Amino acid sequence: MRKIWDFHGGIHPPENKHQSLTQPIRRAGIPAELVLPLNQHIGAPAEPIVEIGQKVLKGECVARPAGFISVPVHAPTSGTVTAVEERQVAHPSGLATECIVITSDLEDRWVEHAGIPDWTSADKATLLACIRDAGIAGMGGAGFPTAVKLGVNPRGGSIDTLVLNGTECEPYITADHVLMRERAEEVVAGTRILQKLVEPKETLLGVEDNKPDAIEALRRACEGTDMDVVVFPTKYPSGGEKQLIEILTGRQVPSGGLPADIGVVCQNMGTAVAVYRAVVHGEPLISRITTVTGEAVAQPGNFDVLLGTPMSFLLELSGFSADRLQRLVMGGPMMGFTIPDAAVPVVKTTNCILAPTEKELPPPPPAQPCIRCGLCAEACPASLLPQQLYWFSRGKEYEKLEAHNLFDCIECGACSYACPSNIPLVQYYRASKAEVTQLKRDQAKSEHSKTRFEARQERLQREAEEKEAQRRARKEAAEARARQAAEAGSAEQDPIQAAIERAQAKKAAAQEGEETPQRPAVAQLDPAQLAIERAKAARAVSADQSPAEKARANLERLQERLAKSEAKLTASREQGAEATIIDALEAAIEKLRPKLEVAQQEVDALGDEAQPKPAPAAEEKDAAQLAIERAQAARAATADQSPGEKAQANLERLRQRLAKSEAKLAASREEGADDSIIDALEAAIEKLRPKLEAAQREVEELKAGQEA
Amino acid sequence: MALMRVTSPHAHGPLSTARVMQTVLLACIPGVAALTWFFGYGTLVNIAWACLVGLASEAIALKLRRRPMGMYLKDYSALVTATLLAIAMPAYAPWWLILVGVSFSIIIAKHLYGGLGYNPFNPAMVGYVVLLISFPVEMTSWAAPRGVNAIEVPGLLDAVKLCFVPGSVDAVTMATPLDLLKQNKTLAVDALWQQNPQFGRWAGVGWEWASLGFLAGGLWMLYRRIYTWHAPVAMLASLTLMAALFDDGGAARSTGSPLFHLLSGGTMFGAFFIITDPVSSAVSNLGRLVFGALIGVLVFLIRSFGNYPDAVAFAVLIMNFAAPFIDYYTQPRTYGHRQGGTASRKGAP
Repeated sequence: MRKIWDFHGGIHPPENKHQSLTQPIRRAGIPAELVLPLNQHIGAPAEPIVEIGQKVLKGECVARPAGFISVPVHAPTSGTVTAVEERQVAHPSGLATECIVITSDLEDRWVEHAGIPDWTSADKATLLACIRDAGIAGMGGAGFPTAVKLGVNPRGGSIDTLVLNGTECEPYITADHVLMRERAEEVVAGTRILQKLVEPKETLLGVEDNKPDAIEALRRACEGTDMDVVVFPTKYPSGGEKQLIEILTGRQVPSGGLPADIGVVCQNMGTAVAVYRAVVHGEPLISRITTVTGEAVAQPGNFDVLLGTPMSFLLELSGFSADRLQRLVMGGPMMGFTIPDAAVPVVKTTNCILAPTEKELPPPPPAQPCIRCGLCAEACPASLLPQQLYWFSRGKEYEKLEAHNLFDCIECGACSYACPSNIPLVQYYRASKAEVTQLKRDQAKSEHSKTRFEARQERLQREAEEKEAQRRARKEAAEARARQAAEAGSAEQDPIQAAIERAQAKKAAAQEGEETPQRPAVAQLDPAQLAIERAKAARAVSADQSPAEKARANLERLQERLAKSEAKLTASREQGAEATIIDALEAAIEKLRPKLEVAQQEVDALGDEAQPKPAPAAEEKDAAQLAIERAQAARAATADQSPGEKAQANLERLRQRLAKSEAKLAASREEGADDSIIDALEAAIEKLRPKLEAAQREVEELKAGQEA
Repeated sequence: MALMRVTSPHAHGPLSTARVMQTVLLACIPGVAALTWFFGYGTLVNIAWACLVGLASEAIALKLRRRPMGMYLKDYSALVTATLLAIAMPAYAPWWLILVGVSFSIIIAKHLYGGLGYNPFNPAMVGYVVLLISFPVEMTSWAAPRGVNAIEVPGLLDAVKLCFVPGSVDAVTMATPLDLLKQNKTLAVDALWQQNPQFGRWAGVGWEWASLGFLAGGLWMLYRRIYTWHAPVAMLASLTLMAALFDDGGAARSTGSPLFHLLSGGTMFGAFFIITDPVSSAVSNLGRLVFGALIGVLVFLIRSFGNYPDAVAFAVLIMNFAAPFIDYYTQPRTYGHRQGGTASRKGAP
């Protein structure tokens, strides 16, 4: 006798299995219409490869797997595809999903198919492909693609134990029980194929001791093989994968890990039979054994049923009285979920349809306060403290929930069953798990945003520093130049030296990335004239616009720019442009906003005055007029001067302006004025320089002309 | 066809809060029977009156808190609190003493903290300590047991009279064995035992049988899985150990033998009816071991070196304070985890 272990907790609810065990497995037959959900497994839904109106044969593939963790769907009987549409399916959410609807022709004609009778000499890849192509997903309840589970061990390491789960610990369900009882040879044959794929040191068929006839049949079928039928005491939830592994091996699957991490692979008995049929006979997974039980049916029992058969079809066969039904459960009373409508189809994971009366499973009474009796902790197979989790769940204390290992809860329902206060504990945990998951998702998102923001800040700072360094360099160069220029102005300098300096200045200017403005000759000739023209032009533009109109034009221009920038930003986002580009666009938009606001305020302010007042217009006009007058006066003043004198005066004036600007700059720097002011002053000085140089040149040329 | 949509599990066990409370009340029967046999009907009258006061207090509190009266009155929790307090009080306690104690237990110690399930302290013990501190004379006047010095215990009618018209009937009171031992400074234990017939066989006439009665009730509750063995066993074990360590073999300074401590006063009653109150105790099995063991130590220390002859109420209240702290450090090892331990150490991975 093998040593077996026990797991913590567990409960002993009334088994209620005998009702459905009196009859052998019945064939359910072919319903008029079959509904095949594309997602009967964990993973990506299959993709339909049939069209409406297309004739299909039994076993023909109607939807192919989409991706690695996915399985195909096959036609359970021959007929015509009449719809590919959303239908209500058996899912806790009650949501409709995409289904292929087949109207059967009742001929049940098989597609051409062949298995691998000589599978012992086939290689693993061939067998895995065969299992995958047969659409086999775990038939115990979760529906994980079997080929994936058998083919990949994500963390490497060898598998030493293959466990076949024949526990069926949930009350009422007997699908695996009758399968083992009546098809033990197929179970063993399927297990042999699994052995070849997994290559375990030992193979354990775990069965609870409440199934003596199944144990007997399995033991007979196992004779002469290296498989071991292990019997252990009945306790819920010993059929949970983790619990079964602990019972059989004494090892615990690490939290968050897989059985493969401790060298165990666990498969359901029904899955083994499906593997056998697929590999040896080439039959895809198109039917399964489903228990129909509960007091609302007259003849409870087990059916060999085609996938896609409406549950109502099975209920009719079992002598079901709708008026006695209060809820319809897929699965058992501990972990099953209620079904919105009896028309939903049987799928790969439908092990039981439970139709209880109200007396049998009364509606949950109102919850009373938790008295911390600890019966839930006694029942918990994961050794959690359910009542603590309950308090934290109510208080939304997510950190404590995680510290108390909320995510190790397997939602078996033992705590709720044991709770004398009728508290729906599992419901609290499910809700909290969802909340914590959502919270983590949000956290990850905000963490990502934060990283991006910090990167942007860093970049902006770096840019600012670079700018500052450039500015300092410029300033030093400018000061040096100003000193030299002053020296050159006072002392008669060597023309060669002057030429070198000019060249250097030009070079410096070029390095700063600013083009030395190419002044038109006229500017050199007569700056006063230029000023007049500029002022006139400005006046011409502004003369025929009221300030309100101007402000509005400005506003519109800004709005246009903003819209354009925003359009660009969305486009770049959609195209998945680089973060720097997006940041730059965002920054540009951010800069436009205050401007736009200012413009808007201006428009508002001007709009308040119903009519644009003539006064500001006059002032505006006056200002332009004034500039013209000033320029004219200047021109008049210089009219009676010789060109040499004029040039000299111009030079002097420019020098003064430069000196003044530099003084101002120095003062602003000392006062720690705004960067914008300093920048403006620097720009002004930069502009003055070429002018000064031009004036200098003029004076020199004129001097040279005189001397000549 | 409108089908019911509910989440799993769909089945529910047979146990309910009311059933748990009923079981506690039934488990009191052997101990109360022993008390009644040895000390007369006083305890029964106490219990009856206390239950009336308890239900009335509960109803008032529920009304004030606008809670559904029917559901909560039917959970038997007020009856349990009232009964436990009545058992802990001296038999033939005057009516007003019970009124004050029980109403304080229910209204202040239970409902002011949020009602059933929310009270950090054992309500019965809060009521007991309030009475002990406020009315020390009444709370330490214990009736003499039947058969000691040929005393006859009062009949039912006298018991009712004693309760509602204090002093109307002559009743013999007598120091309890714990009292005698505490006050004894000169006599060796053997001599003390011989001089005072109320010491009985092991731990006092009546007391020893009442203790055994409560032990029987407690074992029955363990069998019915109302609570786990951890807290009671830990308390009795630590009390035994302490008594054995300090027992100097019957000299005048003896603090009493382990057996004496186990069977006298409120030891058994406390171990199986008071510290097992789930609401105010630690939650994990390991936590309950610590909780019970420390209560045992405190009971011995207060009995032997404190000012009060018995100490269960004080020890329980002190450990009620510590329960959340104990919980914090005694989280069980979850399936698939390497270690249990404190809740914070294993926070986020």
